Amino acid sequence: MNGNGNLRVGLYICHCGTNIAGTIDVKAVAAWGETLPGVVVSREYKYMCSDPGQQLIVDDVREQHLNRIVVASCSPLLHEQTFRGATAKAGLNPFFFHMVNVREHDSWVHEDKQAATEKAKDLIRAAVRRVAFHKPLEKKRVPIHPDVLIVGGGIAGIHAALTLANAGKHVYLVEREPTIGGHMAKFDKTFPTLDCAACILTPKMTAVKKHPNITLWTLSDVTQIEGYVGNFTVTVKRHPRYIIEDLCVGCLECIEACVYKQAKYPDEFNLGLGKRKPIYIPFPQAVPQLPVIDRETCIEFKSGRCKKTCVEVCGDRKAIDFKQQESTETINVGSVILATGFQVFDARRLPYYGYGKFPNVYTSLEAERLINAAGPTQGEVILRDGRKPKTVGILHCIGSRDENTNRWCSRVCCMYSLKLAHLIKEHTGAEIFNFYIDIRTPGKGFEEFYQRLLNEGVHFIRGKGAEINTWPLDPSEEGKLIIRVEDTLIGKIRRIPVDMVVLSVGLEPHADAGDVRRLFNISCSSEGWFLERHPKLAPVNTFTDGIFLAGCCQGPKDIPDSVAQAGAAAAESLALIDSKFVELEPNTAYILEEACSGCKTCIPLCPYSAISFVEAKKKAEINEALCKGCGTCVAACPSGSIRQNLFEDEEIFEEIKGVLAHA
Amino acid sequence: MAYTYFPGCCMHGFARHCQDSLYAVFNALGLELRELKDWNCCGATSYIAVDEYQAFTLAARNLALAEQAGLEVVAPCNACFMVLKKAQDYLARYSNLRERIEAALARGGLQYSGTVQVRHPLEIVIEKIGIKALREKVKRPLKGWNVAPYYGCLLTRPYTLRNGMTLEAFDQLIPALGANLVDFELKDRCCGGSLTGTIEEVGDRLVYILLHEAKRHNADVLVTVCPLCQLNVETHQKQFIRRDREDVNIPVPYFTQLIGLALGIPEKDLGLDRLLVPLDRVLEEHPAELRAAA
Repeated sequence: MNGNGNLRVGLYICHCGTNIAGTIDVKAVAAWGETLPGVVVSREYKYMCSDPGQQLIVDDVREQHLNRIVVASCSPLLHEQTFRGATAKAGLNPFFFHMVNVREHDSWVHEDKQAATEKAKDLIRAAVRRVAFHKPLEKKRVPIHPDVLIVGGGIAGIHAALTLANAGKHVYLVEREPTIGGHMAKFDKTFPTLDCAACILTPKMTAVKKHPNITLWTLSDVTQIEGYVGNFTVTVKRHPRYIIEDLCVGCLECIEACVYKQAKYPDEFNLGLGKRKPIYIPFPQAVPQLPVIDRETCIEFKSGRCKKTCVEVCGDRKAIDFKQQESTETINVGSVILATGFQVFDARRLPYYGYGKFPNVYTSLEAERLINAAGPTQGEVILRDGRKPKTVGILHCIGSRDENTNRWCSRVCCMYSLKLAHLIKEHTGAEIFNFYIDIRTPGKGFEEFYQRLLNEGVHFIRGKGAEINTWPLDPSEEGKLIIRVEDTLIGKIRRIPVDMVVLSVGLEPHADAGDVRRLFNISCSSEGWFLERHPKLAPVNTFTDGIFLAGCCQGPKDIPDSVAQAGAAAAESLALIDSKFVELEPNTAYILEEACSGCKTCIPLCPYSAISFVEAKKKAEINEALCKGCGTCVAACPSGSIRQNLFEDEEIFEEIKGVLAHA
Repeated sequence: MAYTYFPGCCMHGFARHCQDSLYAVFNALGLELRELKDWNCCGATSYIAVDEYQAFTLAARNLALAEQAGLEVVAPCNACFMVLKKAQDYLARYSNLRERIEAALARGGLQYSGTVQVRHPLEIVIEKIGIKALREKVKRPLKGWNVAPYYGCLLTRPYTLRNGMTLEAFDQLIPALGANLVDFELKDRCCGGSLTGTIEEVGDRLVYILLHEAKRHNADVLVTVCPLCQLNVETHQKQFIRRDREDVNIPVPYFTQLIGLALGIPEKDLGLDRLLVPLDRVLEEHPAELRAAA
């Protein structure tokens, strides 16, 4: 009945400790298994995935001359490769194996032991009937392109790029801002060691620019990606800087010479706390060290009647080009690392904290710039009205751990709030109040830093700040920002008047993270963070082979964790490149040419553009390397002339009959 | 434009002056109010705190009756406004509650399919008439009046306003009437609600903070959009004056009383004589002038 000669099936039921055996009567199933037609060996074993478990398969194949293997255990996602390997080791084609999931699909989701046991039998009967029709298949090997694309030039992208480039691989680093550096470039010092962020970051930024193996494209977006692991074709759109990169030497005299003598427009890098000219460099150590022209504010773009003093001073170098156009680059890479980062929570979403309404309410990122010596106030912490604050309130968890906004803990805010408290106190001598739900300091040297702050005399009030208001109830509150809070340690509502408020805003996925996710065909969590393949065992992989994650696009994390993850993503990418070839799953669709009528129904349906039409033959053709085995074309073909390996009609029908044969 | 009018207990009781002005102003603006026949308690405050099911059943009965008329419902009290909206929200979200309430309605020969729109009269004025048109209709600009807007907590909580409307948009009503808008930070704060009667030290303090802050900003008038706020903020003034010797005396008219004055509607039609803190002093200091007919 099987068309494959004399059928000799080995059936193995795994206990998975008590995960399966606790609910399913594995001994009874194994005994019952022996009665199935074609089954020669039927065993149960504590852990089939262990070495002795796999050895059982190898030995039985040799001694009992088995030609098909069925293992009833966990999800194929976990161990299908393991058992295919064991089958191959025993000398059989690895596709003469079929896996039954009696854990996730049975023991874990049922309480009735008897019914669960019966269900296991149904699933196993289906598998035994199906496996009889399995054909020997070969995995196709495709060479891997050694170049790597990294999207996002923050600390994670920079670190991954340098690691790969140092290993001799060519890297394309694509950043949408005019400079790399990301959020870290905006920070003053880093916790808990208080190293200067710029001092440790900018050498790495410069190294990126200088590295012969790195192609750096700023002001650029990835707009398209096609292909599959090892062979991606990527389209990058490069927006005009209006400066010719190869001609500019970075003297920045054009900025000096701009017809605007004074900087006039809000400076994005300083979050609007400072001003810039229409031609500007985001910050002194920006990489690439090139100015950029903002066409929204530049007089030449607005009226075409500027004296163009910038062009004049640039002189013979002729590096300024008002006619520069957007350009497109197409590159081939074998793997991709996404390091697109995060955005900070918009404090305006919580109007009761008065951000945007009271001038002396700042976000934590703005506070970083105020403290920074290269910031808009040269590191002097002065308020928008010119006063130096004598009292400062730092409100933790703004847009974190909040049912109304973001439910997750942003992980870094406790520590950066402590750091800001320390720095503001150091700069101003102000009295500082921290308002917290819990203090979370689970990192190396973090708790010690918290103790240090306690000893420095910074106040900690346990209670989430409820609101900032300006209605005084007694003269001491006149002209102050009043923080209302329930102090949960004394059980009282308190009003704390301060001069300056810092809102410790949380981290959230970029507003356009969803677009990036769709572009790269990866998954995300319900919150919008990019989803790793396994939270513990594959933390930098995605469900799309060849696409890796690094840094905060996967979830909030601090600099050490971002760098560690970037290193891991680079290592995964290197491992992939050095394996030289990828093996493609053989569960692809194929066309029975004699039956294909050339109707082209299948072509637009294929989500992977794997089907083309061969004019000469008037037949459709499937590119095995592009086919992901989704089966859409198989189901749609009106003449039934598309079939799919591992999902052949007879295999599926036998499986259905097996399930329905329930006695 | 016609609306189903759900007065609630206040408007038929202590807040008759608010109702008088509401009718007068809506009439003058060409908006018709048709009182809902056989309406009952909205289900607010005490009810909803003790038994949500009963409270929502009361609200649902009003909604079921209103649905038959097919018009938008105008609820001039913030508590009614919020409870009717909350009942709709819970009916849509919780099928258990919906089934119980539908059964209760069915026993009374009623049914509710969820189509009623509940509106606050202030929303209607802003949306249907608009600030610009209203300014043009003003005959007696309230020149020199410092008016602090006070909306109470329930207008925007827990449900936000429709069509992206904000309290800041509502604020523009005050300059439209010719008055000066006082930047009143406490405009969406609690008036104390029923706490002024149950836990007085809490309720009274909430009222006091409102009055103290309004006075600090030199407001001549604190204008309300809810008869319950109006009652609390108005009736508790005397005790602060007597006990704490702090002058927190400030008239608290309902917003249609103020609009009515500016539109030139006779004072007797606006129930001004029923205000416990009369507007007389403000009217004397800043006599609202009759605009020269344009």
